[in-house]
Amino acid sequence: MEKIKNLADLRKMKEGMLGKMSLRENSNSSEAIIQIKVGMATSGIASGAKETMNYLITELDRRDIKALVMQVGDMGYCHSEPTIEVTIPGKEPVVFGKVDTVRAEEIIDKYIVKGELVEGILPANYRTI
Amino acid sequence: MDTIKLTIDNREVEVPKGTTILKAAAQMGIDIPTLCNFELEGLALKNHPGGCRICVVEVVGRRNLAPACITECMPDMVVKTNSLRAINARKTVLELMLSDHPNDCLQCAKSGKCELQALAAKLGIREIPYKGEQSHYQVKVSPSIVRDIDKCIMCRRCESVCHEYQSVGAIGAVDRGFPAVVSTAFGKDLIDTNCVFCGQCIVVCPVGALTEVDNTSKVLRDIANPAVKTCVQVAPAVRVALGEEFGMPAGSIVTGKLTAALKQIGFDYVFDTDWSADLTIMEEGTELIGRLTSFLKGDKSVKLPMMTSCCPAWVNFYEKFYPELKENPSTAKSPQQMFGAIAKTYFADKIGVKREELVSVSVMPCVAKKFECERDEFKTNGNPDVDYSITTRELARLIKICNIDFTKLPEAEFDSPLGESTGAAVIFGATGGVMEAAVRTAYEVLTKQSLPKIDFTELRGLEGIREAKVNIPGVAELNLAIVYGLGNARKIMEQIKAGTCPYHFIEVMACPGGCIDGGGQPYHHGDAEIIKARHKAIYEADANMPIRKSHENPSIQAIYKDFLVEPCGEKSHHLLHTTYFDKKTKFDLEK
Amino acid sequence: MAIKMHILVCGGTGCSASSSHEVIAELNKELEAHNLTDFAKVVVTGCFGFCERGPIVKIIPDNTFYTRVKPEDAKEIIEEHIIKGRKVNRLLYVAPDTNEHVSDSKHMEFYKKQVRIALRNCGFIDPENIEESIAREGYAALGKCLTEMTPAQVIEEIKKSGLRGRGGAGFPTGTKWEIASKSRVGEQKYVVCNADEGDPGAFMDRSLLEGDPHSILEAMAICGYCIGADHGLIYIRAEYPLAIHRLQVAIKQAEEYGLLGEDIMGTGFNFTIELRYGAGAFVCGEETALIHSMEGKRGEPTFKPPFPAQSGYLEKPTNVNNVETYANIPVIINKGADWFNKIGTEKSKGTKVFALAGKVNNVGLIEVPMGITLREIIYEIGGGIKGGKKFKAVQTGGPSGGCLTEKHLDTPIDYDSLVAAGSMMGSGGMIVMDEDNCMVDVAKFYLGFTVEESCGKCTPCRVGNKRLLEILTKITEGKGTMQDLEELKNLSNVIKDAALCGLGQTSPNPVLSTINNFWDEYVEHVTEKKCRAGQCKALKQYVINPDVCKGCTACARACPVGAISGTVKNPHVIDQSKCIKCGTCYEKCKFGAISIK
Repeated sequence: MEKIKNLADLRKMKEGMLGKMSLRENSNSSEAIIQIKVGMATSGIASGAKETMNYLITELDRRDIKALVMQVGDMGYCHSEPTIEVTIPGKEPVVFGKVDTVRAEEIIDKYIVKGELVEGILPANYRTI
Repeated sequence: MDTIKLTIDNREVEVPKGTTILKAAAQMGIDIPTLCNFELEGLALKNHPGGCRICVVEVVGRRNLAPACITECMPDMVVKTNSLRAINARKTVLELMLSDHPNDCLQCAKSGKCELQALAAKLGIREIPYKGEQSHYQVKVSPSIVRDIDKCIMCRRCESVCHEYQSVGAIGAVDRGFPAVVSTAFGKDLIDTNCVFCGQCIVVCPVGALTEVDNTSKVLRDIANPAVKTCVQVAPAVRVALGEEFGMPAGSIVTGKLTAALKQIGFDYVFDTDWSADLTIMEEGTELIGRLTSFLKGDKSVKLPMMTSCCPAWVNFYEKFYPELKENPSTAKSPQQMFGAIAKTYFADKIGVKREELVSVSVMPCVAKKFECERDEFKTNGNPDVDYSITTRELARLIKICNIDFTKLPEAEFDSPLGESTGAAVIFGATGGVMEAAVRTAYEVLTKQSLPKIDFTELRGLEGIREAKVNIPGVAELNLAIVYGLGNARKIMEQIKAGTCPYHFIEVMACPGGCIDGGGQPYHHGDAEIIKARHKAIYEADANMPIRKSHENPSIQAIYKDFLVEPCGEKSHHLLHTTYFDKKTKFDLEK
Repeated sequence: MAIKMHILVCGGTGCSASSSHEVIAELNKELEAHNLTDFAKVVVTGCFGFCERGPIVKIIPDNTFYTRVKPEDAKEIIEEHIIKGRKVNRLLYVAPDTNEHVSDSKHMEFYKKQVRIALRNCGFIDPENIEESIAREGYAALGKCLTEMTPAQVIEEIKKSGLRGRGGAGFPTGTKWEIASKSRVGEQKYVVCNADEGDPGAFMDRSLLEGDPHSILEAMAICGYCIGADHGLIYIRAEYPLAIHRLQVAIKQAEEYGLLGEDIMGTGFNFTIELRYGAGAFVCGEETALIHSMEGKRGEPTFKPPFPAQSGYLEKPTNVNNVETYANIPVIINKGADWFNKIGTEKSKGTKVFALAGKVNNVGLIEVPMGITLREIIYEIGGGIKGGKKFKAVQTGGPSGGCLTEKHLDTPIDYDSLVAAGSMMGSGGMIVMDEDNCMVDVAKFYLGFTVEESCGKCTPCRVGNKRLLEILTKITEGKGTMQDLEELKNLSNVIKDAALCGLGQTSPNPVLSTINNFWDEYVEHVTEKKCRAGQCKALKQYVINPDVCKGCTACARACPVGAISGTVKNPHVIDQSKCIKCGTCYEKCKFGAISIK
C-alpha cells in the first residue's frame, strides 16, 4: 500500500476505487440512471441470457453509459427469451424480446443512445416487486 | 484595574473584574449563605465546587439560578439574592439536604459549631417536607479521626484539603447519585489507607461528619483514680487559640488561665510542651550541627537536607510516601514524645512512682498526636510515654464540663521542673518557628558568639514555601526552606529525589500556618484572619519571654547536667531519638 | 469476469446480535460452493437502520432488501436470487398498511422520507476498508481544507452551514470552533469526540462509528486544523466493543495511508487520534465531566465558565463535539454550506438522526430533515402505532426531554420548537407510547434512570431527584396525595433552576411535561387511586361481579393469599386489603365474572 502523499494521490485512489463501487453507487441512484433487467430464469439462461447480460455490462461500460444491469427472474416470455426490460429515467419501462448480443447492440445504439424505438417490443404483462 | 458595575438587591456596586457575586455582595453587607464554598485566603486552601447550591441567586435574564460563589460579576448584571424564586430554591435545597441528614443535633459533637445547623436556623427551617430514604453508614473510628458519614453533605471540603492541599488523597467522593458520599477507597478504615491523620478534614468539615476521637472521659476517669498521678503537657499553639472557645478574641494569649484551668480540672502536675521543645532544639540542633560539620568536611554520606520531625502528620507522610528518604528527617522525637520519655523516666523517678502509675496526657492543637501516642516505638513494656492526647477543642469541652468560667480565671504558673521554657519554644507553634529556634541555638553554638539580633524575621511569614539564607560567620551560609502543607512538602521531596534540592535544612509542618491551624484547634470556619491573629500572638509570646534561646533554658541545662549528660549522647539517643519505618509497602498491599 | 453483484450484510451491533456473522459465513460458503466468488461478493457494512428486522441483507444492484435473514436462508438467496434472479419473497419486508411485499428499500415507507447525510455511508460501505470510504469522498474534505482553505474559511463555511451541535443542546458548531480557534493561540489544544452515548434506547453514535468511522476521524482532523490542535481523543463507552474495534481499525488504516499522523497529504499538518474508554456513566456525556473522566478524575461536571474552549482537557483549550455533529462536517465541506443550509428549517439546518423506538411498527435508526413533523416520523417512517392502538405520547430527548402529545404531532421538529413544546432535541432518542402507557409510570422510569446516573455532586440532583422518584413511586402505589403533586411541581422547578449541570437541570423534564400534558392522569392516581393504562400494579383492583359469579369456588381455591371468600353457588368476594394483584383468580374464572378496575 502506498502512502497518500498529497491531495492528487487521494483523488487518484478515489478514481481507482470508482469502478469497484459503481455498482453500489448506481443502485443507490437507480431512478436517475438507465436500468436494464435481464430475465434470468431457466428459459432465459438456456437461450443465452447470461451472454446478453455480460455483453450489455461490458458494452455500456465501454461506452461510458451509466446504467444498472441486473438480473431478474422469469418475466413470463419464454417464447421470446432472452428478454430484457429497459427503463430510461422519466420513461415507461420497455421490454424487448429475443435479445442476443446483436440485438443488444442495436438497443444500445438506437433506444438507449438516440431514444428511437426498436422493433420487437413486448407488451408489459407482469409486474415486479 | 478594570472594574464592573452591577446591581445587587437594587443597589449598585462597583467591583474589580473577576469578582464573584458572593464577594461583591459581601462587600455591600449582603450575606449570601454558602456551605461547600470554603477558602482560607492567603493560605492557598480552597474548595469551590459549586455543588451545594445553597448560594443560588437570581440573575435577571439568565435561564436558571446562578451559584453566587463561582459566578463572576458581569457588567450591568442585575442580581437578586432575596427574590422569592431564590429564597424558595435555597430553602428547598437545604430541606433536601436535611432530608438525608440524621438531624441528631443534640448528641452531635459539632452541635453549636455546625454550619448546617446555623444555616437551618438562618433560613428558618421549621419542617422538612421531603421524607424518604436516608443514607446509613457505619461510624468509623481511627486512632485520630471519627467518621460519621451519615452526616456528610458532600461539600467536598475535606476531599479538596486531602487531595489538593495535602496531596494525600485518603478520602474522596465514592459512589454516585444518592448514595454518593465522601469516604475511603473500598470503604477501608483510615488506618489502612494513606491517611496521615493531619486532621485538616476535621477543620474544614462544616458538619459533624468528621471529628476528633474524644478522650475527655479518659481524662476525668484518670484524674478521679487515686492509684495514679496525672501530669499534663500543653503545646505552644494551644495557648494562642483556646481563648476563642470562650468568646475571647482570636490571638488572645491565655497561658496563665490555661494553666490555672488544668490545675482546677485536677491534674497533679501541669507542665509545658515548650519545655521539651527547648529540649528538641538541643537534640535536633546538635544533630544538624553534626551533619553539617561532617558535610563541610567532605563526608558525602551525610544525609542532607536535614528535615524537622516534630510534626506527626509529616512523619506519617514520609513514612507512607517517601520511605526511601526516611534518613533525611532528624531522628529527634517530637516535643510531645520527648516530654513523655522524660516524664515516664526522670520525672517518675523524681516523684517516686512507677511509669504505670503516672498518666501522661498532652493537650495538642493536633489530632495526629493521638496517633503518635499509640506508636509502638514510643512504649516501654506496652506502657506509652504519653498515654493519650487531647485537642484544644477537647480541653475547652473539659473546662466547660468542670464548671470553670474560663474568662474569669486567675492566672497560674506551670509546675516545675518540666514547665520552664524560652521564647524559642513557643514559636514552635507557627510555621518557621522550629527553624528559627534551631538557628538561634546553632548560630551561637557554632560561632560561640552571641546573636546580634534574636529575631530572624526572614524565616517568618505565611507563604506555603519560604526560603532563606542565614550566614553563620566562619562556618557556612545555610540554605534553609520552610514549608507547610504536605502538597508543598511533596514538591520538596521530589526535588530531593531528583537531586535538585538546594537546601541544608528544611522545616515541614502539615497544617496551614503550622500548628496554629492544626487539626485540633478551635474551628475557624474559613476565616484566615483568625489564623493570622494566632500567628501574631505566637511571636508576641516569644517577644514577651525573658529567655529566648533554647540552650539558655536553665531547666534544660540542669537536666543535661543531672540526667541526660549531653545532647545526642548515649542516654538522649536512647530516650529522645527514634527511627522511621517504611510504611509504603504495607499500604500498597491489599489487606 | 467482473463482480456483478454485491451482497451487503449489516455487521452492526444490532444485526450481529442476531447472528449476522453466521449469515455472512454461510453466504460466503454458498458463493464458493457455486463457484460464484468472481460474480458476486459479500460486503460487511454498518447499520442500515432497520434494526428491528435484522439481520439485514441487501442485494446490489437491484436493491433487494431482505430482513430477518437466518444463516440457513443463505443457500436460497444464492441459488434463487444470485443465480436465477428470483427474489426470495418470504424474506422481503411486508408493508404493514398494504400487506404487500416491498423489495427495494427505496420503496419502503421506512426509508422514503429519510435524508441520509450523517448516515450516508452506513450500510453502504465496508467500514473496515478505508478505500471504500475514500471512494465515497472520504478524506477529500480534509484534503480540500488543508490545501485550499484557511482555518478561518473552514470555520466560516461551517458557520454558514448553520450546523448546530447534535449532542442535544444545539450550540452552533462553527461558533464553537471559532471560540476554540481564538483561545490561547499557539498553545497545545485538543479535539474531543463525545461518543459517550447514554440515552436509554439510543444508538445513533454507535451506529455511525460502526458504519462510517472514517468520516468522524476526518472531521476531527478538520477541526484540529481549524482550532490549531494536533491531537484528538474519542471518548467512547467501553460497552461499544464493535465501535471501538472499527475505530481502532480505521485509525490504523488512516495512519498507514498517511491520512492521520505527520505531514498529512504533504501539507505539514499533523494530527493523531487516540481512544479513551468510559465506563458508561451517563453524566460523562456532559463535556466537563467527560474531560474530567479522560483526565482520570471522577466523572463529575464543573461549573462553566471556564468552558472547555478556554480550559478543557489537561487545562488546555479543547473542542468537544458529538459524533453526529462531526459526521456532518465532511459533507458540508464537500458540498458546500449553501447546499447544506437548504435542508431543514430556518434555525435548524440539515438532518437529525433519531433512534425510533417504542410502540411503532417500524423501529430503528432514522435520519430525517429538520422540520419534518412527528406525525410523519411516527405514521409514515414508523408505520403507525403497533396493533392499531391509539397514540398517546412521544418522548424525545431521552431522560432530559419531555413527553409530547397529539397536539404536538404537526410541530416541525427542530431545536427551538421542541424546547418551546416542553421537550428537547437531545441526542436523538425517540420513544413512542400508546394508550397502554401510564404517564406517571413513564416519568418514574426516566427519573429512575437519572437517579441512577446522577453523579451526586450537587444537592438538587443528588437528593432532589431521589425525592422526586420517591414521590412518583408513592403515587403509582396509590399512596399519593394532592400535596405530593404540589411538591412534585415545586421540587421539579427547583431542581431545574438550581442544579449544577445539564443532567440535573433537565432531569425533571419528564415529570414536568407529563404533569403539564397529563395532569388528569396524575390526579386520577391520587384521588381515584386509578391507573387508566393499567400499568400501576398496586392500583389494579380485581372485582367479582356478583351477577355473573356462579360460586364455583375456582377462584377462591386458586388465590394464593386466601383473599377470596364465599360459599358454593353463591357469589364470591375479594378482600382488597389481602389481594396481592397476582391475577390468578382472573385467569381461573371461567365465567368472566372477575374484572380489573
